[in-house]
Amino acid sequence: MSKLKRLSLGWGILPVAIFLAIWEIVARLDLIPGQFFFPPFSIVMQEFYYLTANGVLGHNFLSSLTRVLIGFCAGSIAGIAVGIIMGWRDVINKALNPIISLLYPIPALGWLPLLMLWLGIGEALPITIIFICSFFPVLYNTVTGIRNVDKDFIQVARTLGASDTKILTTVVLPLAIPNIFTGLRLESGMAWRVIIAAEMVAIPTGIGALLMKAESLIRIDIIIVCLIVLSVMCLSFEKFFAYMEAKLTTKWR
Amino acid sequence: MPTIELKNISKYICQEVNLKTLDKELLVLLGPNGAGKTTLLNIIAGLIDYKGSVLFDNLPVDKLSTSKREIGYLFQDLVLFPHLDVASNIAYGLRAKGEPLPKIKSRVDELLHFMKIRHLSSRYPKHLSGGEKQRVALARALALSPKVLLLDEPLSSLDTQTSKYLRTELRQLQKELGITTIYVTHDLVEAEEVADRIAIIYNGHVDQVATPEEVFFYPKNERVSDFIGAPNILNCDYCRSVGRGIMEVNCGGLSIIVPHDGNSVQRIALFPRDIYISDTKPPGPRVNRFKGVITSIKSADDAVRLEVKAGGNSLLAEMSHSIFEDMDLTVGKEVFLILKLRRIRAYEGKIG
Repeated sequence: MSKLKRLSLGWGILPVAIFLAIWEIVARLDLIPGQFFFPPFSIVMQEFYYLTANGVLGHNFLSSLTRVLIGFCAGSIAGIAVGIIMGWRDVINKALNPIISLLYPIPALGWLPLLMLWLGIGEALPITIIFICSFFPVLYNTVTGIRNVDKDFIQVARTLGASDTKILTTVVLPLAIPNIFTGLRLESGMAWRVIIAAEMVAIPTGIGALLMKAESLIRIDIIIVCLIVLSVMCLSFEKFFAYMEAKLTTKWR
Repeated sequence: MPTIELKNISKYICQEVNLKTLDKELLVLLGPNGAGKTTLLNIIAGLIDYKGSVLFDNLPVDKLSTSKREIGYLFQDLVLFPHLDVASNIAYGLRAKGEPLPKIKSRVDELLHFMKIRHLSSRYPKHLSGGEKQRVALARALALSPKVLLLDEPLSSLDTQTSKYLRTELRQLQKELGITTIYVTHDLVEAEEVADRIAIIYNGHVDQVATPEEVFFYPKNERVSDFIGAPNILNCDYCRSVGRGIMEVNCGGLSIIVPHDGNSVQRIALFPRDIYISDTKPPGPRVNRFKGVITSIKSADDAVRLEVKAGGNSLLAEMSHSIFEDMDLTVGKEVFLILKLRRIRAYEGKIG
């Protein structure tokens, strides 16, 4: 690792370390009355260890992760597929755009009561919520990405003898990648926020459900563990897509 | 390589346009912005629908899609694919046509060598200079060995020096390949340097199709004359060589020294901006300095235009408002005209 990178990493970690140290000191010195409402960071980490060791955290985490992965992948693939068709074909865009415009502003959690009645309480419910949460924004970004590709690129490809399919796959889609990945990056984080909310309200397993159980038992340490897991997962998913986008486009952007 | 013919073409501003190239010639479409030049190019390429007929070698191609017309098109902004490196940009058309890989590789190598850009093959467009991009775009347009080359203001994004160098190179390349080419520009100097013939396009109409010399010395109408700078055209009744590419001609009683390498001069053209006016007798040799009388003064937004009677000629001269105000010129006043030697154009030969 170069000196510059080490220095930059150090500057990134330092504020977090200071924040954790202040947290620990404030909690230990009981500067906020009622220690169980504000446990020190070390206690939270201890609880993190117990929850991991006894499998409670792992089990709930895997439930949430599975739902997010299935819902997000399905929603994104469908969003990209429909987005490509809408972006590429004007007629289909004109036909579907009014419906999409009507459904897009509805927050994903707004569908929850309706889906509870339609699907019941089960695995299909959170997966469908995540599907909806990912589908519309990814679709919107894909359509925008494809329609924003400069028409001159398409004209040039046409003069060079490329068929419509070839133009779509070799020119339009690669140039729309930045937009598509912006959608994926933002929604991958959003999927975690939404799944937690859905599990808190309607599902008995997952990180969101664990949060609610901890709240009823007044276990602040467990709540903070869950929030840390949520934060790390949101960040990891977003960083993964940012990394993939950079890997695919850095050379030419 | 085919001739290209436009028959009664109508689209947007262009109405009932008729135009025909000669075999292997470079025809420049010259006209102001918005005249319809690019529209005509897009029609030839089949990129837009139109009324009328486009013929390659007297055969209509109207029903052929762009990809079947065998054209190479260089767009104004060059439009290199940003996500492909230079080699892949050049190979794009060959890949799209499903050519076998060894053939693609050898053709790309050939073009990289031909355009002298082998060292750029793995670079992406964002790392290329304007001139390099221009070469890559041209190589890409030539990759499929097109029958017709369409160039839409290919040098407009380059600096003057690079543009001047590349148009000479472009001209040589076109001659070497013998490919019928239509070249769009609004730059008169550029047109004159590259063209076999120039088609003056104005408001969607073809005003004149002729060699650059014919356009300068025999502008078909006032519009063409205005576009090329409204030169003063003088008929010469006498000429003799004074050596080293210089001739002395007599036009309406004025003995004028002109730069010309040929045997005779029929007409000369003097642009109004290249005639200086002095209210006192100018110093230096008496060559190309004439006495005259101002017969009219017209003030325009950009300059003041004066008509001066000198010998048997009436010459139009141009000067800035500030100089005009300093000189106190009026109709009927006697002035001296000074002609810039190197800006005088001489025409030899007959109009075809």
